[in-house]
Amino acid sequence: MRDINVDKITETVKEMCINVNHFLSDDMKNAYKNAYDNETSDIGKKILGQLQENLEISGEEMIPICQDTGMAVLFVNVGQEVHITGGNITDAINEGVRQGYVEGYLRKSVVSDPIIRKNTNDNTPAIIHYDIVEGDKIEITLAPKGFGSENMSKIYMLKPADGIEGVKEAILSAVKDAGPNACPPMVLGVGIGGTFEKCALLAKKALTRKVGEHSQTEYVKELEIEMLEKINQLNIGPAGLGGKNTAFAVNIETYATHIAGMPVAVNICCHVNRHIKSEI
Amino acid sequence: MDKYISTPITDEVINNLKAGDFVFITGTIYTARDAAHKRMNEALRKQEQLPIDLENNIIYYMGPSPAREGRPIGSAGPTTSSRMDKYAPELLDLGLKGMIGKGKRSKEVIDAMKRNNAVYFASIGGAGALLSKSIKESKVIAYDDLGAEAIRELKVENFPAIVVIDRDGTNLYEKNE
Repeated sequence: MRDINVDKITETVKEMCINVNHFLSDDMKNAYKNAYDNETSDIGKKILGQLQENLEISGEEMIPICQDTGMAVLFVNVGQEVHITGGNITDAINEGVRQGYVEGYLRKSVVSDPIIRKNTNDNTPAIIHYDIVEGDKIEITLAPKGFGSENMSKIYMLKPADGIEGVKEAILSAVKDAGPNACPPMVLGVGIGGTFEKCALLAKKALTRKVGEHSQTEYVKELEIEMLEKINQLNIGPAGLGGKNTAFAVNIETYATHIAGMPVAVNICCHVNRHIKSEI
Repeated sequence: MDKYISTPITDEVINNLKAGDFVFITGTIYTARDAAHKRMNEALRKQEQLPIDLENNIIYYMGPSPAREGRPIGSAGPTTSSRMDKYAPELLDLGLKGMIGKGKRSKEVIDAMKRNNAVYFASIGGAGALLSKSIKESKVIAYDDLGAEAIRELKVENFPAIVVIDRDGTNLYEKNE
């Protein structure tokens, strides 16, 4: 067994919250650059140029990339040989989010109840997904999620007879409905299979995969490439004002499902697709 | 076309704005998003006065991140406008001339814009750090308890936006469909 104190978890999560809201990962920065280079619409190119300028200002002056610094979503893989000491892991993670959002000048965007809607003023609680894995480490992936794009995400309970064509239609329909609202160029996380909640979780997790990395399953990889091409022919473009860069990537995850069903979740993320990973 | 405009915004200026124009706004604008709109709506139902003067003014759908010391504001980009569609027609009928946000608007909002000679601008979503540079002063003037969602009075200088829907209802988003 390896002992890990909760203070270490809090400190790590706090730093991750501040970092991820001011610096995009290299895969995202490359995606911006490639889009700028290949954009043929004048207005699209102008907007992509300004988005790159925005990233520079953000990092240099420590102004969050986007004012919607998101609801903190965490995927936490806990090694089964880890012994957590000093308190409760969920409390420690929430404390890290609290400290990160308060001390990092990040926006507090969480209300304690969906109907009563009182702001918790510290951006907690976080949404935490745990997995028990082999080993003696804790791996934390943080992906703060803005709601402009979250609101445009969709779940479709397709039938087996709908097949892969049904999946393609579902993805395209979600992107068309989202249009300018989701701050394109978007990143799409798609979950196919599982159950109602499993496909949504797969879709969310898919958003944390690096832009440019493809599925290991051949047909899924082909689907990712084909859908990105189709989406970028829709002429929604940067900020929805036309152009060939409507999406940076389509990341698809699949899972076993029931003989009677084919759930498909399309989780849309804006161009500020924040994800960061740390290991303790 | 690039156009430089000031607030309060006159009908004459609005008559000249066409979908697709790049504008740079200087003067005072007001922020309000979901919760502030809900509260203004409740105030109107109770026949109370609104905390801001709508006549010839612009509302920016925005809730900023907190300002660091010595700065007027934090990150300050637009939020999705369609969530304010329920409330916007009434505010337009009360004299509101411009809205800044991002994304599509409902037919009811566009009808109210045409009826009242008003305009809808988009600023670039997700460019909050860049947009914050055009905001020189920020002051909470109502609904302080709403935090990021409070109503703020902003002094802006050459704040960049794009005319998406003009007074005739011509819609830049639809041109690409």
